[in-house]
Amino acid sequence: MTPEQQSGSMASAFFALLRRDLLLAFRRRTEMLFPIVFLLVVVSLFPLGIGPSPALLARIAPGVIWIAALLATVISLDGLFRSDFEDGTLEQFVLSGHPLTLISLAKILAHWLVAGLPLVLMSPLLAVWMNLPIESLGVMVLTLALGTPILSLIGSIGVGLTISLKRGGQLLSLLVFPLYVPILIIATAAVMAASDGLPYTAFLGLLVAGLITSVTLAPFAAAAALKISLS
Amino acid sequence: MNTNATTMNKDKPRKNWLVMFIHKMGSPPWFYGFSGKLIPWLWAIFAALTIWGLYLGLVKAPADYQQGESFRIMYLHVPSAWMSMLIYTSMAIMGFIALVWRIRIMEILAMSSAPVGAAFTIIALASGSLWGRPTWGTYWVWDARLTSELVLLFLYLGVIGLYNAIDEPRKAARAACLLALVGAVNLPIIHYSVKWWNTLHQGSSISVTGGSNIDPSMLWPLLIMAFAVKFYYGANLLTRARVKLLEQDKRKGWVKKIIKERES
Repeated sequence: MTPEQQSGSMASAFFALLRRDLLLAFRRRTEMLFPIVFLLVVVSLFPLGIGPSPALLARIAPGVIWIAALLATVISLDGLFRSDFEDGTLEQFVLSGHPLTLISLAKILAHWLVAGLPLVLMSPLLAVWMNLPIESLGVMVLTLALGTPILSLIGSIGVGLTISLKRGGQLLSLLVFPLYVPILIIATAAVMAASDGLPYTAFLGLLVAGLITSVTLAPFAAAAALKISLS
Repeated sequence: MNTNATTMNKDKPRKNWLVMFIHKMGSPPWFYGFSGKLIPWLWAIFAALTIWGLYLGLVKAPADYQQGESFRIMYLHVPSAWMSMLIYTSMAIMGFIALVWRIRIMEILAMSSAPVGAAFTIIALASGSLWGRPTWGTYWVWDARLTSELVLLFLYLGVIGLYNAIDEPRKAARAACLLALVGAVNLPIIHYSVKWWNTLHQGSSISVTGGSNIDPSMLWPLLIMAFAVKFYYGANLLTRARVKLLEQDKRKGWVKKIIKERES
């Protein structure tokens, strides 16, 4: 096979897998709603627990929304490779000869489109609930748009490592939350800076850097993790 | 050049002594024997250095003019904090070697490092918060270095948790080694956190390039202690690794031979 044909077949494998995963997700629409509903419920608990003071809510809004997004992502992560692992499809992917890195990347992208993007689209509503200043609403959405793909990418490594365990979910949160810390810090710092009228582009730049780094490195690590789990 | 020479002169099988040593260390019986001879020395050096360092630090060194006696916690806190990061680095490097060259001894060594590193992290956090009470007036502040040390502890716990969750020891070690490598990406953030967010925590008092802001009578015990804990790590690591190795190889010939020799 010539290199051109190989790359062509790799691209087609990538998009075929992406389409398949999206199709599977759309066949079970209710399950797609779980992360969104989870996000709404978690965020709504904070005013109930802390009190409805608008000033206080506005202060903690970036952190609350981001932590809720982290939790929602981790909850949805378990589905990333689980069904393919259990019915043996993942082994077939490995045997297909296509690089597992590419397969992981397609599955991560599908996961973000199904579980991450809705969180981004939902965030303006949450920002209004939490009384976030309207000027920083755009920055909030932007940090989530840049940050949630990083969450899916880093999370995929944890999923790959815990997939062979019966109850990997609880361990998964222990594995990935420490890795999420820098993103949480940078993203909330950006929103808080925007709320205070300070420059925030440096933080967004760091998020972009994190996104580029994790897109280039995380799929390799996820593929290596899957190979260990399948061995 | 050395490796070239060895591959070209096939009639001369003698290799570089370091390469030979590394090859020998890969063999479980040889590693077991060698580490058995090394461990008592490591413990002895650790004990001697610790007694010396603690004597200088707790008895000889003068009390700090600002912090009083409480600064002496530093002799436990600073070496532990350094070790917590050093052990993570060494675990990640050993994990990398284990994953790339599939050396079982390295898997065992990397996984034996994790509990030692976690213990040092807990000591650093606990001693730091005990020191913080008289100095800052609070046990805990969410300052950058404290927070990153806490994150480091979580990273250690993740590695230990993953290793213990998977039943098959080699698969568990490989998975946890990969996690350690991924977590090592976090280490630079921990290290440079002082520069990133400079809040309540004191800046570093010791620098390699410039002069230190600390009096020699206070500095020497610290350096001795920092040196001593490295021998503790070596001794503890090898002891743990030997036990793990025996456990994994309990059905193998060389372990049975050792048991027979002990019994007779």
